[in-house]
Amino acid sequence: MAHDTNTEKGPESGAKWRLGILLTSPFSFIGRQVIRWVNNLGAATIFLYLALIKTFRSKQLPKTIQQLYYIGAKSTTIIMLVSLFTGMVLSIQSYHALVKFGAQGAVGTLVSLSLIRELGPVLTAIMITARAGSAMTAEIGIQRISEQIDALKTMRIDPLRYLISPRVVASIISFPILTTVFDLIGIIGGFISGVMLLGLNSGGYFHAIQANVEMKDISDGLIKAVVFAIIVSTVCCYQGYYSHMRGDSHGAKAVGFATTSAVVISCVVILVSDYVVTSLLI
Amino acid sequence: MTTPLIEFKGVTKCFGNRTVLNNVNLQIYEGHVTTIIGLSGAGKSVILKHIIGLLKPDEGTILFRGKPIAEMKRAEINSSFAQMSYMFQDNALFDSMSVYENIAFPLQETTNLKKAEIDLRVMARIKQTELTDAAYKYPSELSGGMQKRVALARALITDPRIVLFDEPTSGQDPVRKNAILSMIAQYHRKFGFTAIIVSHEIPDVYFISNRILALYNKEIVFQGTPEELEKFDHPFNDEVIHSLEALQKELSGLYSKRQFKILNHAQLKRREFGENYCVAIFTLEELNTIITKLGHDAAQEAIHSMGLYIDKHFGPVGGFSTRRRINEVVTVLPYSDLADAKGILRDFIKDFQGQGIRDIWTGARKQMALGNCVDFTILAGIAQGQPATDIDSVIASAKSQQKVIGRLRCAAEE
Repeated sequence: MAHDTNTEKGPESGAKWRLGILLTSPFSFIGRQVIRWVNNLGAATIFLYLALIKTFRSKQLPKTIQQLYYIGAKSTTIIMLVSLFTGMVLSIQSYHALVKFGAQGAVGTLVSLSLIRELGPVLTAIMITARAGSAMTAEIGIQRISEQIDALKTMRIDPLRYLISPRVVASIISFPILTTVFDLIGIIGGFISGVMLLGLNSGGYFHAIQANVEMKDISDGLIKAVVFAIIVSTVCCYQGYYSHMRGDSHGAKAVGFATTSAVVISCVVILVSDYVVTSLLI
Repeated sequence: MTTPLIEFKGVTKCFGNRTVLNNVNLQIYEGHVTTIIGLSGAGKSVILKHIIGLLKPDEGTILFRGKPIAEMKRAEINSSFAQMSYMFQDNALFDSMSVYENIAFPLQETTNLKKAEIDLRVMARIKQTELTDAAYKYPSELSGGMQKRVALARALITDPRIVLFDEPTSGQDPVRKNAILSMIAQYHRKFGFTAIIVSHEIPDVYFISNRILALYNKEIVFQGTPEELEKFDHPFNDEVIHSLEALQKELSGLYSKRQFKILNHAQLKRREFGENYCVAIFTLEELNTIITKLGHDAAQEAIHSMGLYIDKHFGPVGGFSTRRRINEVVTVLPYSDLADAKGILRDFIKDFQGQGIRDIWTGARKQMALGNCVDFTILAGIAQGQPATDIDSVIASAKSQQKVIGRLRCAAEE
C-alpha cells in the first residue's frame, strides 16, 4: 500500500522508497537472523531443561546405560587414536621450538598442560560430535519424519524422556571420562615422540608434568568437558527433534541438513564457549 | 440424550494459509464403530490427530465425555488420552525394533507388568494377527500387509477403550482389506472398544460401521448410519461416495449395492406390470467360527469363493448379485417366476453340493495352516416379488425361507 502511495506521488518518491528499502534491508536481515537465533537459543534451553528434569523418572537407567555404551564406550577407540597422535605432534613441535632456547625439558609441561587445559576437552568434544552427535541428529530426525515420535506421544510416552534425556545424561557422564582418556593417551603419545624418538629424558618428562600440572588444571578441563557435553547433546538432539520444522527442506533432505547443521553449530559453539569458559575459569 | 464420547464444536484448523477444517461439528458415541469418509487430503487424518491430541484446534472446542479438553487438568488429560490408541496410516513402526519389540513396547513403557506377563500377551496378539513367523523380523523385512498387522497388534496390545484407525486397509489386497476390517469388527465385539476409522473402503467399511461421518469441503456434512447415508441427498454422494465406490466389489466380484439397485430398477422398469421376478439369498453360516479357527484371511477367501460361485451360476441366466451383509449374498433373477427360479436353484444346489462347497473350502484353505479344519453351512432361500413390491420385503421373505443347501464337516461335505 505504501508503495502504491509513493508511486502515485511520482517516480522520484518511488525511487526514494526503493533506496530506503535497499539501505534498510541488511539491517532487517540481521535483525531477523538475531531474532531467529534468540528464539532458537530460548527454545533449546527449554528443551534441555525439560529433558534434564525427566532424568530421574523410572525406567530411565537402562536407556541411559545404552546411550553411555554408544556415546562413551564406542567412542573410546577413536578418542585414543586421535589423542595419541595429538600428543605425539604436540611433543615434536614443542621440542623443536623449545630446543632453540635450550628449554626442551619443558616439553612434558607444555604437552600435558595443552592437553589437559585445552586440547583434551575441545578435541574430545569435536570427535564425539562427529561420531555420536551426528548419529543422534540423524536417528531422532528419521524418527520424527517417519512419525515414530508422534507414535510415542499417542502411547503417552514422553519423547523428551524417552529419546532426549538419556542422551543428554550419557553425554554429561561420558564426555569428562573420554576427556580424561584423551589427556592420558595424549601424554603417552608425547612420551613416545619426545622420549623414545627424540631422546628426551624419561624421568624429566614425567617430573615436569608432576611439578607443573595442578588439580585446578584438571578440574577446569573437566568443567569444560561437561559444558561441551551439554552443548553437543542439546544442539544435536534439538536439530533432530525439530528437523520437520526446517524451512529450507523436507523429509530425508531435512534430516541431512539437520545433521550438517548439528555438527557445524556444535563445533562453532564448542570453540566459542571454550573461550568464554576459559575466560571465566582462568 | 447420551453424552457423546468425543464432540467437536466449531473446530477450525489451518496450516499456514490453507484451511483444512472449517467449523467442524461432530459427535462420536461410546461403543460405536464410527467411520470418517471423504476424499484424499480432505482432512480426515487431521480430525483423528485432534482427537488423540497430536494437533490442537485454531478455533473451536473438543469435548471428551462432555468436558472441554482445553479446560481439563493435566492429570485428567493424561488419564483421558491413556484410554486411546492410534494406528497410523503409514504404521509408524519403530524400525530399529523387531515385530515382538514393537508390539511389546507400549506395555514395557507404560505398565509395570512382569516380563513373563508381557511375553504372554504379546505372543497371544502375534498369534491372533498371524505374525508368528515374523515375530523376530524387523519391519523393513516385512510386506506392507504384515506391517499393517503389526501396527494393528501394537495399537490393541494395551486393550484400549478407544482406538483410532487411520486408513487401516490402505495398500492391501481385497482379501486382506476385508480381513483387517473383519478383525476390527471382531475385536470391537470382543473388547467393546470405541473404534474411529478413517477409510476409503466403501462399501466394505459399511458392514462394520454403526455411524458414518462425511467430511466434505472442510466440513462434516453428514452424521448417521450407513443406511441413512444411502438416502442422503447431497453433492457429497455423487462426488465422493460414487467415486470411491467401485461398480464391482473387489472382494466378492459381485456388484456394489448401488450398482445392484440401479440394475434392479432398470430391469424392473423394462418389464410390464404383473410380471414377476425372484430373489435368492445365500448365507455363509458360522463365519465367526471360521475366523476364530482359521483366521480372518481364510474367512474372507471363503466369502470371495462363494461370491464367485454364485455369480458364475446365476450370471448366465440374467441374475445379478450383491453382498448384503458381511456373510450374505442377494441375487435377483429378473426374468424368472417362482417355478423357474426354484428349478434354477435346484440345479445350483446340485452343482453346489458337487463342486461349490469344495471351492469355498479350497478358498479358505489357501490362507490357513495345514491340519486345521472347520465345519460350515451355506443357507439359501428364495422368494417371488412383483415390480411394484419393495425389494427389501422380498429379500426379507427369501431370508425367512432359507434352508441348508450345503454343509461341510472339515474336508468332507454332507
